[in-house]
Amino acid sequence: MEDSLWVAILIAAMRTATPLILAALGELIVEKAGCVNLGVEGMMLVGAVTGFAVGLTTGNFALAFVVAAVAGAVLSVVYAALVLVFQVNQYAAGLSLTILGGGVSAFWGQPWQGQNMTGLQPTVIPGLSDLPVIGTVFSRTDIVTWAALAACVAVALVLTRTRAGLILRAVGENHDSAHALGYSVRWVRTLAIAFGGAMAGMGGAYLSCVMTPLWIEGMTAGRGWIAVALVVFATWKPARVVLGAWLFGAVSVMQIHGQAMGLAVSSHILAMLPYLVTILVLVLISRDATRIRLAAPGSLGKPFKPA
Amino acid sequence: MLPRLVPRLQPSALALYGAPVIALIFTLAFGYVLFASIGRDPLAALHAYFVAPVNSTFGLSELLLTALPLALIGLGLAVGFRANIWNIGAEGQLLLGAIGGGSVALALWGEGVPGTFVLVCLTGALTGMAWAAIPAFLRIRFNANEILTSLMLIYVADQLLGYLVHGPLKNPQGFGFPESRLFSAEAQMPLLWDATRLHVGWLLLPVAAVGIWLFLSHTLAGFRMRVGGDAEPAAAYAGFSRPGMIWLSFLLTGGLAGLVGAMEVAGPVGQLLPTISPGYGFAAIIVAFLGRLTPLGVVLAAHLLALILIGGENVQMLGVPSSVAQLFQGVLLVALLASDVLVRFRVVWSTPARRAA
Repeated sequence: MEDSLWVAILIAAMRTATPLILAALGELIVEKAGCVNLGVEGMMLVGAVTGFAVGLTTGNFALAFVVAAVAGAVLSVVYAALVLVFQVNQYAAGLSLTILGGGVSAFWGQPWQGQNMTGLQPTVIPGLSDLPVIGTVFSRTDIVTWAALAACVAVALVLTRTRAGLILRAVGENHDSAHALGYSVRWVRTLAIAFGGAMAGMGGAYLSCVMTPLWIEGMTAGRGWIAVALVVFATWKPARVVLGAWLFGAVSVMQIHGQAMGLAVSSHILAMLPYLVTILVLVLISRDATRIRLAAPGSLGKPFKPA
Repeated sequence: MLPRLVPRLQPSALALYGAPVIALIFTLAFGYVLFASIGRDPLAALHAYFVAPVNSTFGLSELLLTALPLALIGLGLAVGFRANIWNIGAEGQLLLGAIGGGSVALALWGEGVPGTFVLVCLTGALTGMAWAAIPAFLRIRFNANEILTSLMLIYVADQLLGYLVHGPLKNPQGFGFPESRLFSAEAQMPLLWDATRLHVGWLLLPVAAVGIWLFLSHTLAGFRMRVGGDAEPAAAYAGFSRPGMIWLSFLLTGGLAGLVGAMEVAGPVGQLLPTISPGYGFAAIIVAFLGRLTPLGVVLAAHLLALILIGGENVQMLGVPSSVAQLFQGVLLVALLASDVLVRFRVVWSTPARRAA
C-alpha cells in the first residue's frame, strides 16, 4: 500500500513536470541565443487551446501536438519581430506576448470554455508493463513524458556536439563577434525563438490534452513563468531543467496527495507551494551573482544593432 | 526599395506622442476586421464597444470608476519603469491590499466606528507595500529577478485570498458561499456622485498624479530614477543608490496597488470575494507604457484602457465573448511597442547598394 502511494506520487510528479520540461527546454534554447522571452505563458495558453480544439474534434493527439507547436511558433514570431526588427526591449516584448497570448486563447477558446474530453492515454508496452514498480510507472505514463526526456538529451547534444549548437551559443555569447564572423544573428535568433514557441505550445497542449484534458481560460496558472524561472535555476543546462521540473512536479503533487498523506492543511495553502518553491530556488541560485553572470549567455537580454 | 532603420541623433518627440495614436488606430482597425470576420456589422460593434458604454452619465461614472485603479497603479509603475525596475506583480499587491483592508473592515464589522473606510484604505496601502517589499528585498539582498518573484507572488496572493474567503473570513451567515460578510456602511467608501458607484477615492487621483509629476520632474530622487533608467552606468558613477531606487519604486507601486485593492473591496465590491480584480495590475502595465511613463499620459491612458475593459462587457450583448477585451489589450500593447521604433529610428527607403567585389 505504502509502495503504491509513492509510485503514484512519482508518476504524478513526472506528469506534472512534463509541460515544464517542454517549455523550459524551449526557453533555454531562446536564452542560449541571447533573448529572454517572457511570453512563455502566452505561448503555452495558445498551445493549450489549439491542442484541445484539435484533440476534441479529431481525436488525433499527434496532430493536436503538431498544431499546438505551430500555434506557439506563430505567436513567438510576434516576439521575434518586435525584438529583432522593431528593437523593442525584450522584457516589454515578452510581457506583451503573454498578454496577447492570454487574449487570443481566451477569445478563440470561448466555444470550448469549460469542456473536457478523454485525453491521451498511457502507452502500454507489452512485457515492460509487467515488471514490478518500473512496469507500473511505464504503464501509467504517456509517450509525451518520455519524449520530453528525449528532447532534453537531444537539446543537450545539439548544443554541445553540433555545429548548429556552436553557432547558436556563439550568437548568444557575443552577438557582435558572431555578426562579424558572418553569422546572421537575426536568423539564428528567429529560429531559436520559433523553436521556443513550438516547445511552449506543446507544453500547453500537454496540459489540455493529457494532464487535465479540458480547456479553461488561463489554465496554465503561471507554469510559463515557472518555466522561465527553471532556466535560471538550471543555470542554462538542459539536464538540470529536468531535475528542477521534477522538483516542482513533486511539490505540486503534494497538493493532490497532501490529504492522502495525512496533511491537515487547506488545499489553498498547498497550492501556494510551487510558487513559493520557485521563489526559494531563485533566491538560492541567484545569491551568487558571479556564478549567474558566468553561467548566463553573454549577450542575454541585450539589444542587437548591426552596424 | 527596402526599408532600413537609421538611428536618430535625438529621440523624436513627435513619434513619442504619436506612437500611442498609431497603436490605437491599428487596434481599431484590428477590431473592425475581427468583428467583420465573426459576422458582425463592424461599425455597429465598434460603436457598441467604444461609444455606447459612455453614452450616459452612469456610463461615464463607470468609466471614471474603472480608470481609477488603472491610473493609480499605472502612476506607480511609470516611476519604476523609468528606472528600469520591473514590478510585474502589482496584481498581487492589489490583492494583498484587498485582504489587509478587508480584514480591518471585517474586524470592525458592526462596531459602528465612524470613518472606518479611512483605516481600511490605509491598511490596504500598508499591506500592499509589505507584499511589494518581498521582491524588492529579494532583489537587493539575493539578486533574485524581481519580474519572476513579483509575478509568483500574484499566485500566492490569489491562493491566500481564496483560503481566507473559504475559511477564516467566510460569512458565518453566508450559506457556505466563499465570500465574506458585506462590509458595514462606515467601512464602505462614501459616494462622490449620487446614483452612481463613483466614490471619494477618486479624489486621490489628481493628488497622486500631481504628486508623481512633482516627484519625477522637481525632486532629486525623481531625477535619480530617470538617470537610473536612461543611463545606468552614469547613475552608478554619480553614486545614485540602486537599492534606494528599487525600494522606492516597489514601495510606491505596492502602496498604490494596495490602496486600490482596499478601495475596490470597500467600494464597488463591498465584501471579500475569491475574485476581485479583472486584471487591473496587468492592464496597468499597458497603461504605463501607453501613457509614455508620464503622469498626465498615464491618466489619459487609464481612461482608454478602462473603456476597453467596459466595452468588452458591453459587446457581450452582441454575442461577442467579453474576452475580446484582453485580446484588444494585447494587440494595443504589441502595436504600441512596435510603433515606438520610430522614436529612436527613422525609416529610410533605399535600394541596397551593390557592393564591389
